[in-house]
Amino acid sequence: MITSRGSRIAFKNARLIDPASGLDAKGGLLVENGRIADVGPRLFNDAEPHDPEVVDCRGLVLAPGLIDCRVFTGEPGAEHRESLESASAAAAAGGVTSIIVMPNTDPVIDEPSLVDFILRRAAATAKVHVLPCAALTKGLAGETMTEIGLLKEAGAIAFSDGDRSVANARVFRRALAYAATFDALVLSHTEDPELVKGASATEGEFATRLGLPAGPAIAEAMMVERDIRLVELTGARLHFAQISTGAALDAIAAAKARGLPVTCGVAAHHLTLNELDVGAYYTFRKVRPPLRSEADRAAMAEGVASGVIDVIVSSHEPQGADTKRQPFASAAAGTVGLETLLPAALTLLHDGRASLSQVLGAMTATPARIFGLTQNGVAAGRLAKGAPADLVLLDEDEPFVVDAEKLSSRARNTAFDGRKFSGRAQKTYVGGKCVFERSR
Amino acid sequence: MTSPDAILPSKHLLGIDGLSPANIIALLDLADTYVGQGRGADKKTALLKGRTLINLFFEASTRTQSSFELAGKRLGADVMNMSVKTSSVSKGETLLDTASTLNAMRPDILVVRHQDAGAAELLSRKLDCSVINAGDGAHEHPTQALLDALTIRRHRGSFEGLVVAICGDVLHSRVARSNLRLLSMMGARVRLVAPRTLLPCDADRFGVEIYTDMKQGLAGVDIVMMLRLQLERMAGAFVPSAREYFRFYGLDREKLAYAKPGALVMHPGPMNRGVEIASDIADDVLVSLISEQVEMGVAIRMAILDALARGLARDETESRGMT
Repeated sequence: MITSRGSRIAFKNARLIDPASGLDAKGGLLVENGRIADVGPRLFNDAEPHDPEVVDCRGLVLAPGLIDCRVFTGEPGAEHRESLESASAAAAAGGVTSIIVMPNTDPVIDEPSLVDFILRRAAATAKVHVLPCAALTKGLAGETMTEIGLLKEAGAIAFSDGDRSVANARVFRRALAYAATFDALVLSHTEDPELVKGASATEGEFATRLGLPAGPAIAEAMMVERDIRLVELTGARLHFAQISTGAALDAIAAAKARGLPVTCGVAAHHLTLNELDVGAYYTFRKVRPPLRSEADRAAMAEGVASGVIDVIVSSHEPQGADTKRQPFASAAAGTVGLETLLPAALTLLHDGRASLSQVLGAMTATPARIFGLTQNGVAAGRLAKGAPADLVLLDEDEPFVVDAEKLSSRARNTAFDGRKFSGRAQKTYVGGKCVFERSR
Repeated sequence: MTSPDAILPSKHLLGIDGLSPANIIALLDLADTYVGQGRGADKKTALLKGRTLINLFFEASTRTQSSFELAGKRLGADVMNMSVKTSSVSKGETLLDTASTLNAMRPDILVVRHQDAGAAELLSRKLDCSVINAGDGAHEHPTQALLDALTIRRHRGSFEGLVVAICGDVLHSRVARSNLRLLSMMGARVRLVAPRTLLPCDADRFGVEIYTDMKQGLAGVDIVMMLRLQLERMAGAFVPSAREYFRFYGLDREKLAYAKPGALVMHPGPMNRGVEIASDIADDVLVSLISEQVEMGVAIRMAILDALARGLARDETESRGMT
């Protein structure tokens, strides 16, 4: 764990936003021994704090550090694309203080010793908290469940086959039921694998014009609906890692209304891009699930605003030039996203769809609650006394243009190169230690 | 850089998309002159003397590749054929590695066929030479559509008001996409005739009429354009069997009788006789334009090479003028 023992930092003149408590006020925050010692509207407002380190926030937003629940790295196995260290640098630059890493590595994280490996490598090299998600089935093959109990003991935060759906309903049913025994959270990727086999775009007029192999958008809602039935049968907690269609959103809204323990996320690029952004076969915008229609994109924004979508994720997926500089159908899917998660999510604020507290809540308190993130018994993802001092200082209005060459991530395959955004992280603190400061 | 007298709008020919009706008319007019040249005793000119043309084919093709080879040679170019079996792509090299290797050989024109949509476009962005798309995935096959247009125009004079039925595996067909773009642009009415499994999603948004019953689809048409159904798609994946396909979607005398009297039949080749077309129709010189399409293929490709070479020459003159 990253802590900064014995140090005191006083933040003054901040706009404190704590989505968990609804706090949005001018005030200050005191960090002691890597934890939040005090926070409040009146703190440091009158007197200057007499502390060794004082950070004048100049009215910028001070919020809990972001939690990105869907990050793919290349460690172990493809460190040339992204290591835990380089991913953590990208996270810090994006205001992200915790990353939940997917088990789709080489080897696959399906053994307790490999969970331990991730935790040790992270402790030795990463600037931010790294929380491993273990595989749900051995080798991600969708056939045999992993040792969910032992993996959880080893430190796995959740269970998922990453970007693969468990096609076999019998296997998924048993895995859910077994996971429920240990109150383990299962994450699912929802695309019917046979319906989207070979597809690199969403079926429709645009894909037809480009002549791209395409899969129907309903492949997602079909899996969501199946999984909801299995949740009903097993009582397991299920988190749909990233949905992208209005039909899936409707199914989840109905399941939530029935009181089922389901939650869901959306990727920042599905909030901000649609299928037309593929343009002339732009492979950096090839993602999985693929970009959808404008109606589906708008539904995703509405889903965050209404609260049916719980979390916003980057779905950070590093790829190299070798895998991306290919014809569209042959190119690998995925975009890096840790550094553009916050700016992309903030488009909801600037479009008038959601408040700043709502947007930040989907990347702080809510994922902390879903994944049960705590430190010494205190919930993470909030500005509360005793909570870990994982903080982001951000300017929600600062305009900038995304420049792939300036990303901290080792891989540069961003879907947003050249895109204009407003708002990004200025400083990032993990356990009271500054891990990123934007140079002026 | 294009000047007003240019036949093509850019140094590449990547698709029908991007061409104007005027571009197409100019190409067809130029091709007509090459039909005459091809029928004469001396078929060769020195228009492309010193130019290098590379045929880069990632998918097997006999007729398109040999048609480009012949067109290049008749215009005096040096032609090199590279097929995927002899290239290092099968050894794991990426398309762009291949491209930069080829670029270093300084070809003037690259003709490329690839199984992925957008491959020609990708190469055109990375190479210095002119790129001609000889088929990319299910996207475009512009030279086929142009040779079909040349064939049609020589028989019907113009495209205005013609009714053309494109029949068969539209879903996987770049020929169908390029043809419907070209024919619609030139004022013809296009119908697509296929079972639902072989129709692309949202095909109705392309300004075409969709028919799943072939007899209705052929009623009153001037031209019947058949598409090839690949063998691996017949065994239950998209249609249950070859014989069922032929029964409902194969062109035979009975179905052809629904077309306008004197209607003409086309096929891009190679044909599956008895699957999408009956042999007696394919071989009937009174209705079948299939052999003529091959002849027109060489002529249109000569016209395209000629047009691109004029652009190259102009660019070279301009860049010399600048230095």
